[in-house]
Amino acid sequence: MWQFFHKLGSPKWFYGIATRFMPWLLASGLLLLAGGLAWGLAFAPADYLQGNSYRIIFIHVPTAFLAQSMYIMMAVAAVVTLVWRMKLADVFVKAVAPVGLVFTFLSLFTGAVWGKPTWGTWWVWDARLTSMLILLFLYGGVIALDRAINDEKSAARAVAVLVLVGVVNIPIIKYSVNWWNTLHQPATFKLTEKPSMPVEMWVPLLLSVLGLYLLFGWLACLRMKTEILVREQKTRWVKDLVMAGRG
Amino acid sequence: MAFDSFSAFIAMEGHGPYVWSCYAVFFILVAGMMIWSARRNRAVIEGCKRRFDQQQGTSGRDARPKASATFTRVEVSQD
Repeated sequence: MWQFFHKLGSPKWFYGIATRFMPWLLASGLLLLAGGLAWGLAFAPADYLQGNSYRIIFIHVPTAFLAQSMYIMMAVAAVVTLVWRMKLADVFVKAVAPVGLVFTFLSLFTGAVWGKPTWGTWWVWDARLTSMLILLFLYGGVIALDRAINDEKSAARAVAVLVLVGVVNIPIIKYSVNWWNTLHQPATFKLTEKPSMPVEMWVPLLLSVLGLYLLFGWLACLRMKTEILVREQKTRWVKDLVMAGRG
Repeated sequence: MAFDSFSAFIAMEGHGPYVWSCYAVFFILVAGMMIWSARRNRAVIEGCKRRFDQQQGTSGRDARPKASATFTRVEVSQD
C-alpha cells in the first residue's frame, strides 16, 4: 500500500501511466459526450412544463457536477500536499484549477440562459446561484494566488490552505436548494432515490456526465504532464524522454 | 426523433436561441481548452528539446572560453 502511495507520488511514474491512459480517456469521453448530447438534443422528449429549453440540462448539469467534484478532488490533493508534501498533488491542483474555472463559468452561463425562458430572468441572487458564483471566485483565487507566489513550495502550501478553506462552500452549494427554498429546482440525481425524470431523459444526461468526466480525466492528465515537464525539465528522465521523442 | 423536421429541430419551439447559444459556448470553451492545453504541452516539449539539443552541441568542448583572472589590484589610499 505504502509502496503504491510512494510510486503515485513519483512524477516519472505518473507520466508513463498518464501517457498510456490518455488515448482511451479521450476516445471514450468524446464518444459518450457526443452520444449523450445528440440523444438529449434530438431524441429525448420535450419537457411537459419547460418545453425544449430544458435541453440545456444536458450541459448544465454535467458542467456543474464536474465543477464541484473537481473542487473536492482539489481539496483532497491539498490535504495530501500539506500532510505528505507530495509533489504530484500540488501539480494536480495547479493543472486542474483553470479547468474548474471554465466549467463553473459554463454552468453559470448555461444556467443564466436557461433561466431566461424558464424563470423570466437571467440572474437572481438565489442561494444556489450565489454559492456557485463564490465557487467561480474561489477557482479564480486559487489561480491568482498560485501565480502571485514565485517560490514553488510556498505557493503550493498557500494554495492548499485556500482550497481547504473554500471547501466549506461545497456543502452549501449542495444543500442550498434544500435549505433555502428559492427558484432553483432540487437535485435531479440522488444516490438514494430513483431519478425524478423519465428514462429517456436521465440516460442521456448520465452519458454526458460520464463523458465529460472522462474528458476531464484526459485534460487533467495532459495539463499535469505539461506541468511536470516544466518542473522536472532539468532531470535525466525528462531528457531521455524528450530526446527519444516520446513526449 | 423528438422533432418533425430539421427546421423544427433548429427552432426548438422558440427556445432555439437559448439552447443553441448554450451548446455553442460549451463547445467553444471545452474544445478551446483542450486544443490550448495540447498546444501548450507541445510547446513545452519543443522548448525542452531545443534546450537539450543546445546542451548536446556544447558538451564535450566547453563553449565558454576559460576566463582569465580578473582580479586587479586596486590602490586605495589609506589615509
